Amino acid sequence: MSRVMLLALQVLVAVVGLALWQLLATVPIFGRTWLPPFFFSNPVDVGSQIVDWFASGVIWKHLAITLWESILAFAIGSLGGVTVGFWFARQPLVAAVFDPYVKMANALPRVVLAPIFTLWLGLGIWSKVALGVTLVFFIVFFNVYQGVKEVSVTVRDNARMLGMSERQLMRHVYWPSALSWMFSSLHTSVGFAVVGAVVGEYLGSAAGLGYLIQQAEGVFDVAGVFAGMFVLSAFVILIDIAVTLVERRLLVWRPDAGEARA
Amino acid sequence: MDKARPTAVTLDNATVAFRLADNRVYTAVEQARLAVEDGEFVAIVGPTGCGKSTLLNVAAGLLKPVSGSVRIFDAPLTGLNRGAGYLFQADALFPWKTAIDNVAIGLEIEGVPRRDALQRAQVWLASVGLGAFGNRYPHMLSGGQRKRIGLAQVLIRDPKILLMDEPFGPLDAQTRQIMGNLLLELWNADRKAVLFVTHDLEEAIALADRVVIMSAGPGARIIGDWRVPLPRPRDIMEVRLDKEFHSLHREIWSVLKTEVLKGYEQSSQAPAAGP
Repeated sequence: MSRVMLLALQVLVAVVGLALWQLLATVPIFGRTWLPPFFFSNPVDVGSQIVDWFASGVIWKHLAITLWESILAFAIGSLGGVTVGFWFARQPLVAAVFDPYVKMANALPRVVLAPIFTLWLGLGIWSKVALGVTLVFFIVFFNVYQGVKEVSVTVRDNARMLGMSERQLMRHVYWPSALSWMFSSLHTSVGFAVVGAVVGEYLGSAAGLGYLIQQAEGVFDVAGVFAGMFVLSAFVILIDIAVTLVERRLLVWRPDAGEARA
Repeated sequence: MDKARPTAVTLDNATVAFRLADNRVYTAVEQARLAVEDGEFVAIVGPTGCGKSTLLNVAAGLLKPVSGSVRIFDAPLTGLNRGAGYLFQADALFPWKTAIDNVAIGLEIEGVPRRDALQRAQVWLASVGLGAFGNRYPHMLSGGQRKRIGLAQVLIRDPKILLMDEPFGPLDAQTRQIMGNLLLELWNADRKAVLFVTHDLEEAIALADRVVIMSAGPGARIIGDWRVPLPRPRDIMEVRLDKEFHSLHREIWSVLKTEVLKGYEQSSQAPAAGP
């Protein structure tokens, strides 16, 4: 199927969906409105709310806050994950000792930590960053750990026979292998950074997309809730596109990343 | 052979054993005695799983014999054999480095400035026939091309000893012959000591000065040692038509055959034959 055709069909799905929504929410069929406006709002109201946000400029501040929280959560979580992942992979004893605690911490639904972080770090951005970090950290940690462990024995022996010292092995073998694993989970970890930020905002904050949605919900402004959701989706898609571009650049040497997407 | 020169590799009654998962001890190679003179091309042939690669890893210093000794240029080997280049059977290139970076890395870690290293790597790429492929990543190259890069990666460090573990094993028959000729051509330039492991007797005779035969494992021993009287320089494809080649092949095969059958029987009987 040609690209144009595919795009046309994709747009068609959106148009049909929105039209159905508008129809069922505004025009009574068999004497009944199937999507009561109080619960479902309608696309026109949601659209005008979004336009309103962008026209008045209020949305930028919230977007910026959410973006900033996501970036911080991703950066700090990745840094921690890389460091600890590397350390554990090179020190099997440490890894063995901490193994049950790592599993325990990872099994914990991170949302329950939100109140604690709010208590510790206040209602500002840092409690949201902390929540995002707990999500990002484990994904990066497990991937880096795996990446260091999975270096092929032949490649490692070859590196040693070529005369690499322990430090050079780190730099030329373990580090690139670990990073490639980390990059291959970039979509997941960046996604979780956003989740952490938005959920944190939703649970208690003064700004951000999560805050916007929560405020609208508080006054039964369903159009506002839907508008917040659409803006959030668009925001996530834009970030995902950015990640794909970065990934394509960083993983050129990988058969699947390089060929399938080129 | 000039006896005043030191022997490149000497294995003196080297025995190699592994401890298996169930704590039994598996003896891979027993009391191997082998000497590779400087400038000599020695091929080791034996049935599958007889411990040929084990022997090579001992010479490389990747494995330590439980008894016996290893001497490199008459000095006892401790740790890794730094003067040796090792061409592995499996893919050993760094997948995250381009072809030219893979070749240059051996120089870079020695402290050669990157520009010089890349320049010399380019020369080596050209001499293995891949001058135009420097910016490709390994996955973009064919199996034969990857072996050429591997050869350049090892040879750029100018090792005194070349250890090769069935390096052309995974390649198709035609590519193997081309690679064999390339290897001989490069080797002819400065005649390093070569220890070449293969299960292909024809390849061994065509390439080597001496062919060493190992018995079937466990506890494999060196059971035969033949000098190959064929003149050099050789062309692998033509040397196979030589009369002497055939009589030598027949002679060695008569010994090797029983071992191959033995090895085949053992590997089909014992599921956990060892590492």
